[in-house]
Amino acid sequence: MSHHDEEIDAAGRADEFLQVFKKGAEFTQDLLKENERLRFRVVQLEETLKEKGHDTVDESPDAIELKKKIEVLEQEKEEILGQIKVVEEENQNFANRYIEIEEENNMLANLYIASYQLHSTLDFKEVLQIILEIVINLIGAEEFGVLLLDEKTNRLEPVASEGLVTSELPSVAVGEGIIGEAVHSGENYFIDSMEGYERDFEKPIVCIPLKIKEHVIGVIAIYKLFTQKDEFTNVDYELFTLLAGHAATAVFSSRMYSDSERKLSTIQGFIDLLTK
Amino acid sequence: MTGYKVLVVEDSPTMRQLIVFALKRIRGFQIVEANDGVDGLKKLSADKFDLILTDINMPIMDGLKLVSMVRNDPNYKETPIIVITTEGATEDRERALALGANEYITKPIQTMKILETVKKLMSV
Repeated sequence: MSHHDEEIDAAGRADEFLQVFKKGAEFTQDLLKENERLRFRVVQLEETLKEKGHDTVDESPDAIELKKKIEVLEQEKEEILGQIKVVEEENQNFANRYIEIEEENNMLANLYIASYQLHSTLDFKEVLQIILEIVINLIGAEEFGVLLLDEKTNRLEPVASEGLVTSELPSVAVGEGIIGEAVHSGENYFIDSMEGYERDFEKPIVCIPLKIKEHVIGVIAIYKLFTQKDEFTNVDYELFTLLAGHAATAVFSSRMYSDSERKLSTIQGFIDLLTK
Repeated sequence: MTGYKVLVVEDSPTMRQLIVFALKRIRGFQIVEANDGVDGLKKLSADKFDLILTDINMPIMDGLKLVSMVRNDPNYKETPIIVITTEGATEDRERALALGANEYITKPIQTMKILETVKKLMSV
């Protein structure tokens, strides 16, 4: 093949390659157009879908009805929650009140038993023993004494005690010291603070006058409480008041009864002597 | 609820009455009283009790001795025992519980605590 023929052949192949390249370029252009068209279509469809969906929730009558129902139910739920809160508070108040009433009931029952026991006998020694039991078991005193007024000497004399030796308790003149003053005034005495207190027979932590109306016949002087009892409760103050009245009448009646029994026995002795 | 037999062992008549009066508020309780440990043992052997409440400081036989003897009796190995006492020291409590008492309550009387403890032990 000559040089001229070779040139013609090369030019033909270049044309062919150019044609193929042009076709490729056209095909790519078509693809880009199609892609743009499809993307536009996707955006269109998305917007339509969005609009259609929005319209369904907002405008359909069923949806409106349901929304209203939800609002009503939400409101009712809030009201019910409020009512539950109120009922819970009431329940708590009732529970607290129930405990208070139970405590009151128990206190009344204890007071009933104490007064019943005090008036169950006319034996002076038994009455004193019951007073000791009440002070131990209901008040929680470990060391205390009962002093009664001798109207002849106007002095208080110890007659019974718990945790102490009765004979070691002092005789106290009316109006003298804390005990004598409690008899004089007829008022209960309570120490301001039990902290650091050391037993002093002249200075009890509590002194309760035993009164029949305004007439004081003796006192209960407390010097020590149980270790587990570190303060007085409201029930204790009520018990002290009860003791002040019931113990006094029980002591007074039993003493009167013992005296009259003794006198009766003496008179009976005389009568027996005279009639024999 | 079927009836339960309860023994209250306490030398102080006032305290005994306070405990009995409180227990009577629980329906179905039959309460028997004893003055001291020996009296308590006599009543325990004469009948079958479901619950025992006892004081510690009592004449003739104290409450700790009673608890110990009750626990050695095969009939009362599992019977709940509540000690109600003036002794508030920890070592007294531990001693009573070690001997076999189920609960330990200190005086002065705590009616609500006694009732709560009894109800808990008897599941009433």
